[in-house]
Amino acid sequence: MGSGCAAHSSSSSSKWVMENGDEPHVLAVDDNIIDRKLVEKLLKNSSCKVTTAENGPRALEFLYGTFNGTGSKVNMVITDYCMPGMTGYELLKKIKESSATKEVPVVIMSSENIPTRINKCLEEGAQMFILKPLKQSDVKKLTCQLMNCKG
Amino acid sequence: MDGVAQLRRQFAEYTNSLFQEGILNQQFNQLQQLQDESNPNFVFEVVSLFFQDSERLLNELAIVLIQENINFRKVDAHVHQLKGSSSSIGANRVQDACIAFKRYCEAQNIEGCLKCLQQVKTEYFLVKNKLEAFFKMEQQLSAASQSGSK
Repeated sequence: MGSGCAAHSSSSSSKWVMENGDEPHVLAVDDNIIDRKLVEKLLKNSSCKVTTAENGPRALEFLYGTFNGTGSKVNMVITDYCMPGMTGYELLKKIKESSATKEVPVVIMSSENIPTRINKCLEEGAQMFILKPLKQSDVKKLTCQLMNCKG
Repeated sequence: MDGVAQLRRQFAEYTNSLFQEGILNQQFNQLQQLQDESNPNFVFEVVSLFFQDSERLLNELAIVLIQENINFRKVDAHVHQLKGSSSSIGANRVQDACIAFKRYCEAQNIEGCLKCLQQVKTEYFLVKNKLEAFFKMEQQLSAASQSGSK
């Protein structure tokens, strides 16, 4: 069975706050244009509304903007780990450091299966770590969690 | 003689050969499964993006590698991108060639890098040719099926 998609989850439960009946709004961050298109389709196929960003700073700009009424509330961020400039890990930290955004679940994607990297991300509060290339089953798992939040 | 059935069989055989020869892997199937009525050209669009982006990266790599003082960080960054996108569309041999390329890059082995660039180019143009033929056949099959020939 192919590349062995490993999805690692943190053990802490978190309230993935969702408005009833709404589609989850996911912010997908990746510097690779092909991967952005792919993750967008995967998420749309799982009934999510998607905004994409090509780097961390743009993602943060968008995320903070939603608190000022620009764009609808983001229910989850999914980000690539390896990005030039701000890495996915650094983006995760920034999201978790701010009281305004720290409740937003953050999922990290990476093409490399490095246990220390995975642990580092989970310790910093990542909801899940997914190996690339992404498959539909990975994203379904994610969005199921997001929509079935029982608090 | 059922022309459509023959086309269909040829298309299936051709597609199958791409997997058999390791040019494509299961990730390409994943892409195909994502295609639906809301986005009937999804695979074609993603692959087209891949072609554009890969050629850009190959050009960049050629430029970086002819410099007197090679910036291996740049080389690595470009190869990383190409490895990522080839992996995402299931371009198996391109991905493998990138993995080898990364190793030579990490070792700062110029000759190794140059050889790898050639190898990646070869694999890239191979998959490009194959996929272009794939889309052409798919289009022919679609047209023939629609023209109502039984």
